[in-house]
Parts: sequence; C-alpha cells; structure tokens
Amino acid sequence: MDKNVFDMGQIDIAWCPGCGDYGILNVLKATLAELDIAPENLVMVSGIGQAAKIPHYIKTHFFNGLHGRALSPATAIKAANSSMTVIAESGDGDMYGEGGNHFIHTIRRNPNITNIVHNNMVYGLTKGQASPTSQLGFKTPVQVSGVFLEPFNPLAVAVALDASFVARAFIGDIEQTKEILKKAITHKGYALVDILQPCVTFNRLNTRQWFKEHTYYLEDSHDPHDRIAAFKRAVETDKLPLGIFYINPNKSTFEDNTGIYKEDKRSLFEREPDFARLQTLIDKYRTAG
Amino acid sequence: MAKDKVTRTDDVSIVLCGQAGMGIQTVEGILTRMLKLAGYNIFATKEYMSRVRGGNNSTEIRVSSQPVSAFVDRIDLLIPFNEGAIKHLERRISKDTVVLGETEVIGEEARSGRFKFIEAPLSKIATDIGNKVYSNVVAVGMLAGLLGVDLAGACDYVKQFFSSKAADVAEKNVQAAEAGFRLAKELAPQAGISLSIKPDAGVENQILLSGAEAVGLGAIAGGCNFVSSYPMSPSTAVLVFLARHGQDFGIIAEQAEDEIAAMNMAIGAWYAGARALVTTSGGGFALMVEGLSLAGMLEMPIVIHLAQRPGPATGLPTRTEQADIELALYAGHGEFPRILLAPGTLEQAFHHTAVAFNLADKYQIPVIILTDQYLMDTYYNISAFDLSGVKNEKHIVKTTANYKRYEFTESGISPRGVPGFGEGLVCVDSDEHDIEGHITEDLNVRVKMVNKRLRKLDSAKADVIEPELYPNGKYDNLVVCWGSTYHIVKEALKLLGSGDTSLLHYSQVYPLHPQTADYLGRAKKVVIVEGNATGQFAKLIKLHAGIDIKERILKYSGLSFTVEEVAEGLKKILK
Repeated sequence: MDKNVFDMGQIDIAWCPGCGDYGILNVLKATLAELDIAPENLVMVSGIGQAAKIPHYIKTHFFNGLHGRALSPATAIKAANSSMTVIAESGDGDMYGEGGNHFIHTIRRNPNITNIVHNNMVYGLTKGQASPTSQLGFKTPVQVSGVFLEPFNPLAVAVALDASFVARAFIGDIEQTKEILKKAITHKGYALVDILQPCVTFNRLNTRQWFKEHTYYLEDSHDPHDRIAAFKRAVETDKLPLGIFYINPNKSTFEDNTGIYKEDKRSLFEREPDFARLQTLIDKYRTAG
Repeated sequence: MAKDKVTRTDDVSIVLCGQAGMGIQTVEGILTRMLKLAGYNIFATKEYMSRVRGGNNSTEIRVSSQPVSAFVDRIDLLIPFNEGAIKHLERRISKDTVVLGETEVIGEEARSGRFKFIEAPLSKIATDIGNKVYSNVVAVGMLAGLLGVDLAGACDYVKQFFSSKAADVAEKNVQAAEAGFRLAKELAPQAGISLSIKPDAGVENQILLSGAEAVGLGAIAGGCNFVSSYPMSPSTAVLVFLARHGQDFGIIAEQAEDEIAAMNMAIGAWYAGARALVTTSGGGFALMVEGLSLAGMLEMPIVIHLAQRPGPATGLPTRTEQADIELALYAGHGEFPRILLAPGTLEQAFHHTAVAFNLADKYQIPVIILTDQYLMDTYYNISAFDLSGVKNEKHIVKTTANYKRYEFTESGISPRGVPGFGEGLVCVDSDEHDIEGHITEDLNVRVKMVNKRLRKLDSAKADVIEPELYPNGKYDNLVVCWGSTYHIVKEALKLLGSGDTSLLHYSQVYPLHPQTADYLGRAKKVVIVEGNATGQFAKLIKLHAGIDIKERILKYSGLSFTVEEVAEGLKKILK
C-alpha cells in the first residue's frame, strides 16, 4: 500500500520546525502502509499535548480525547469492534503523568492495542515544564532548582506488570523504529513502544546528539522472552538500550477475556438485545429472581 | 383528614433488626418471595450501616391485601436479633408494636412496657435443631405462621432457597421453619395477633424485584452491551447485575481502575458503536465530570446511572438522599445539553433506563438517570414488564466516503457514523473542531458549533416525559415531588384522604416539562417534597418555570421519607 493514502494534503501542522514528531508521523505512515492497514480499518486514539495532535495529521478514524485518558477509550473501541486496528498515541506527560493510572491498569487489562509514546522528557504544549521522564537536575521555569523527582521508567514498570510487548525506539533511526513499530502493531496484546525524540524548543539537555550518544541497541543475543533479563535492561540508565525488551506471547487479550466474541463475532454496533431471553429473565422474578 | 393510621389487620409492617452478618438479608430474601408466591402483596426496604459485620441494620417488610409500595414509620411486628435493636428503632416503636424476641437478647428493654413484648425463643429453638444460626429461619417460619401461610408451601420455598447448599443445610433450615411455624401457632392467641391479610389472586403472576434489578433489566432492554464502572454504594448492584447476566446478553462488564477510566471507556465504546452505561454515586460521578464534558464536546451519547447517597465527600455511604440534582445539572465545564431522568417507581426505573439509551443515541448527549439508595434497595410486586412497547432505536448511519461527523443541521443533530460501518472516516475531537472533527481556532466555526450543540436541547424538549398527576387535574393544593418519593407521597395523600390536593410527580427533571408553570399556576398552594436540605428541584423550577415554591418538606437525615412523615408535614401546611 502507498503511504500517501494517509496524507492529509495541505494542512497546517502545529509542531515546531525540527520536532521529532514529524519523524514519528512519517515512520508511522510508512509502517501502516507496509502492513497494509487501510485508513478505514484504523482508529487512532490520543490525549492532549503536542504529540497527541498526531491523529489530525493522518487520514484515518480518530478519537482525540482528554489529557491522559487515551488508553481507556482505546481499550473500549477495540473491545466494541475488534476488527479495527487501534493505536493509542500521545506524549510522555499524557501517558505517564496525567494518565499514569490508566497506563498501569491498561497493561494489566491487555487489550490488543498499540501504545506509542512520544518521549521527549519535557512538556512542550505547556512550554517547558518537567515531564515524568525528565532527568534529575533538569531545570525548568517550575522546577527552578532542577528536577528532584525520580524519573518514571515506563519500560521497567511495563515489564514489572508483565506487559505483553515492551520496546523502546529512537526517532533518529527511522528504519529500526519502523521495524519495532511493525512488530508492535502485529503483536496480539498490549504493546508499548516508547519512542525517544528531541524537543528542539524546550529540551536543550536531551538533544538529538545526546540521544545518539546515550542509546544503543540490545544485542541479538537478548532474549525478549526472559523477563528478568528484560527488567535488568530496562533499569539501565547510563546508556538507554533500544529495541524489543520483552514479549509475553502467552497472554489472552481483554477482548477475548470478555467472552462475548466466543460465539458471536459481530461487533457491538451490529447486535440487538435479545428480547426473548430478556422476557425469560423478567419472568424469573415471578418466582425467585 | 380522615385517619392517621392504616388499618392494621390487612396491612402489617414487619421489621427485622440485627447486626450486619446476622442473616437479616436471608430472612428478607426468603420471606418476601415466599409471601409473594403465596399471593400476598409485598413491600420491602432496608437501612443499613457502612460495615460488613456488627452495628444495627433493619429491614421493613410490609405484607398487605392491597398493593403496597412505600416505606412507613409504623412497626406492627418487630423481631430484634440483637441488643441494640430496640434503641436503634426507638422512634418508630409505639405501644401498639408487638415485639417478638428474647429477653436474653434484648435485656431489660423487654420489661419496659413501652411496647407489647412476647417471648419468642428463636435462638433456643435454633440451638435445639443444631445451631444458633438457624434463628433467622425460625423467625421466617414464625412470621409465615402468624400470617397464615400454608406450611407445606413455605417449607418448599425454604428448601428451594437453600437448594445450592449441602442437603443437610437445607434439611435443617426446613426444620427451623417448621419449628417457627409451630411457635407462631402457640404465640398468636397469647400475643393477640389476628391478621386478616388476604392473598390476592393477581399477585402470584406478578414479579417481585428491587429498584437495582429494574434499572439493570431496563439497561438490557435499552440494548446496553457495555458497562464500565467502579464499585460505589449504592450503585454497585446495577454493575453486579449486568456482570452476572453479561454472558447471556453479550454485555462487556468491566470494573475500571477508577471512575475516570470508566467514563472514558464508556464514551469510547459509544464511539465504536456500543451502547454503554456507567453506574456510580455522587463521589464517583464527580470524578466522571471531566468525561461528561468530553461527551458534551464530542457529541457522544452516554448513559449515566447516578444512585444518590448523602454527601458531601464520603458522606453516609449506605444511606439515601436526593441532593445531586444540581450536581448532575451543572457538572462539566463549558455549556452543553443533557437530560436528567428521575424514576420514581420500579416500572419507571425499567422503562426510563431503557429509553435513556434511545434518548442519548438520538440527541448524542449525556442522559443521567438519578436514583438513590432507597429506590435501589426497595422491592415490591408489580405486573411483569411489558416488552412490546420497548423499542430499541439505533441512531447510527452507514457512512459514505465524504462523511463529515459534525455536519451542521437544523436540529443540531449530525448523523452519527461509527468506524467500520461504511466508507467514511469518523473523527472526533475534544478541542473545538470543524465539521470534519479537526481542531479549529476559527472563531466563527466555534460560535456555530456552540449553537449547534445547544440546539439539540430544544430538539430534546419534544421528548420530555410528562409529570404524573394523581389523582386528577382538579386541585386547590398541589404537592410536587420527583424521583424515589413517588409512592411515599402518593400513599401520604391517600392517608390524608384530602380531595382538593393532588400530586405532581416528575420522572424527568431536566429539561423541565414545558407545562410546569400551568400545572403549578393552577394551584392555590404548592408544596414540594424533596430529600435534600436546600430544595434543589424547587430552585430548578423557579429558574425554568418562574414559580417560587415556598412550602417545602425537606429531609436529609440519610433515611428516606416515610408515609407518616409526609402526611404529617402536609397536614401542617395544608391545615
């Protein structure tokens, strides 16, 4: 499929020139095209922030909801219509800060969705405050003496929760990011892809150059089915490993666990209530209830 | 004003009181269904503390020759299971109350002379059978005996009730019921209890269920196939009901991590074409408010069951109140339309819940169903719900390639597509958006979108549920109420026997019925009865109908109004 099918034509994009978001947008379109996922079979779900505007720049179905809440509607959309490919995509503040509780419990719930997080370690749309992933000592207009909160480690949290797919990418490497995204989207179950990206306006510490110097790829010998090894790699901070940390292929999805698709494959919008059965249930209240 | 008391021989109010965990619920469960099957009209409700064991909880069961559907203060027969029972119910016990209990349990109170005490050795009989735990079923047998229920039928029901338990458990309970039955025959003459409640042939074929079950069944009838909620008294029973029947009816029932997730899931489910419900109480609803506003902006249908309990904050978790009407009306930042329903009967709880899904779908707005702990926990027998009039109206369209989600229309309602149904793309955004659902800061579009969203409220006025007038439209005095107080106020009026007073009950409180000013304007005196401290519905009426209701009967103790309280209050005001 040609990736142009996702193009919006001449539109005004609200991102700063040089922002890593452009790279992610392009990689995502290419990934979807290579996977032959048509715009009408995809739902993009996002929250609020600069990254969360991404659905507006891809021609597809989208639900751009509230700050921090993307994972909840994404879970429900997939559950209500499991034939759709569902991607929940937002920034680090949205997914790990405002949406932290949903991040934890969505991993536990394991819907078959892909969770892409633009991680630039800073708040962009609100102009430069610390994000949950900002590094210690990072100075901002609010964290005036530098960040002293322990940075949130999404990969370690996800592995700790036995997430079914956990990966990290760096948008400076288009090809590898695309390969990781392909595996994440085709994986059955919840898949986290934390994508490191520079913020050219508000993060002068974690620049493109900084990411190049502070990342490396997991060796081919890394076994993504080894949870302990994955956790060890996830807590490395001197240099940040990239690649697929962890896969648990043995988890059933939330949609399957609901049990409602066992005998009836139809999406919820195609169904009608069973009045005959309801009448039987009502009649039970004549005797016992 | 003819009489203050209901004739007591054919309408008896039985109260059981004991600690949480003593099996009061078991007695209620067995007795109400057993009596209903025997053809008696039944009403039951309970008040309980927010604890799993201990304290004082009570259940009122009314048994009558006529249909009964309201909570009364009066206690004709009281079965105390613990020492604290008498003190707990002090205000409601009179000289006419017959207490069937054990001196050993209630102590000195037994000889106080403030009520008629009859020694009923329930726990001794139970111990003789094998275990004190059977006391509650001995009480069931005793009450069945006093009411004149057929013994064989009663034992059959006890056997059936315990059928899932081990055989000897069922057998022991049957023995307990039989022993209680024999006890009743000994005590009845001594106690001077002569009841003449007549079984009603029509009752046997009726259904007996609670408000929570009526809401749950209504949701299924409304096509609900997705419920996401966080447990919170008194709304949890609806979540439990839908989870229990989820597999049979294809309902996804998910306990969310918090109410924020619950609400956002439900909105996402509607977006994808499901018919979703959240069930919660005030504190949980407060957390859903951001999502409520999202539904307003996305023009997404959502049905919210808001079972009220007293606040602020945690308040009285297991008690009742009608104080969240203003919360429901004004919740959510920004301006967007909504509908507030307030069922007052089990029939309305069923039908209004079903219709809530159609209204939400039709107008693409939140529909909030306001109930409360009293309605949730109240049971009585009614004719089985008639499904022939229930219509499942789906308002989604198959999209074409050039589909635009927020097309401007005269009614304000844009045809709603769902992803995967048709060729179009369905794009929704919490930012102000253009007709395609994309972010916009075009301020002309903004104004047009606000107007479009608000126009839907005018459209929705066509479907406002009419308030119910009882007994008729000829009145000098008009008593206004809403929600769960329907039967209480109605019975109070019957008790007063006043021919110049009518009741006007609202089961939709917003948008307010357009004829409200006419109804109220025709009365010489208007009284409102509300379960809150500030007269919230009276304020709403003043705002939207321009009529100031000065006479107010308000209650906010955490307990429901009783028939006598309302009658007393009305008597003072109406003279």
